[in-house]
Amino acid sequence: MAYNDDSELSPVFPTALKILIAGGFGVGKTTFVGAVSEIRPLRTEEIITTASVGTDSLTGVENKSTTTVALDFGRITVDPRYILYVFGTPGQDRFWFMWDELSAGALGAVVLADTRRLQDSFAAIDFFEARGIDFLVAVNQFDGSFHYTPEEVRAALELKPDVPIVMCDARNSRSATAVLIALLQHLLGTSRNRSA
Amino acid sequence: MVGPENEHFLDDDAGRLVRPYTVSNGRTRPSKHMELLSWVVATGRVPRGHLEPDHARALRLCSDPTTVAEISAHLKLPAAITKVVLSDLVDCGALSTRAPSPIADPTDRSVLEAVLHGLQRRL
Repeated sequence: MAYNDDSELSPVFPTALKILIAGGFGVGKTTFVGAVSEIRPLRTEEIITTASVGTDSLTGVENKSTTTVALDFGRITVDPRYILYVFGTPGQDRFWFMWDELSAGALGAVVLADTRRLQDSFAAIDFFEARGIDFLVAVNQFDGSFHYTPEEVRAALELKPDVPIVMCDARNSRSATAVLIALLQHLLGTSRNRSA
Repeated sequence: MVGPENEHFLDDDAGRLVRPYTVSNGRTRPSKHMELLSWVVATGRVPRGHLEPDHARALRLCSDPTTVAEISAHLKLPAAITKVVLSDLVDCGALSTRAPSPIADPTDRSVLEAVLHGLQRRL
């Protein structure tokens, strides 16, 4: 491995892990990232080359274009060995999906949903299913939104029985952290089933 | 209008006044493979010659092990350009780098358990 020759001169690097926060526009992804992070959320961006992104009013124009995708992220020092990065997309998800590097190696994902606009979650759910990334759905309970039961949400989103659904308040640090804990418990359950 | 050499042409309202690709001389491919969560840290070796302002600033941000994503955010440069700047610094020996997780497998139970316990301690 190319890293080995660095070991003498470099300190012991922690291992960086990532969890993705996806969902429709305005559902509270950046708020969620801020609530779990130990630092004020940071923003990075990437320039993505897209070869005509389907379902666009401009379809038919089959040329390449570039688009800038922004990303808000926070950090959680789990212990001295592991640093967890939580990445959320403030903008339009369909471009973010073309950022392959982001989903590669992710531990798992949280799809944030707003019961007033559940259909906005479909793109993220389809994406994680297609990539084989384990995820759960966290319903961000907005004031004034009708509180559906998890099973009603499951039916509306056509989720498989093994996809957990949790309720949360993305503004609240404990509540948002509890969502990540539920995700990790789900991932541990999935890895047990795989190895069994 | 142009300030001292090490001054950063950044203004929260105006945004960045130097176009990103100028920083990297139009390059978009770093000489070293880097990911958003690759680590970089200063080796303590002082590069010879003149450093461009963004290179100097990046190097100062790397006194402790830091990820490419964080450097990108602090430099207010796209990730691709940040990788070019950082790999220049690796090439001249000022930084060392390591890929995000050469050991950790995301499905490794010990990794997942460590993260779970770390999160539970935060509640």
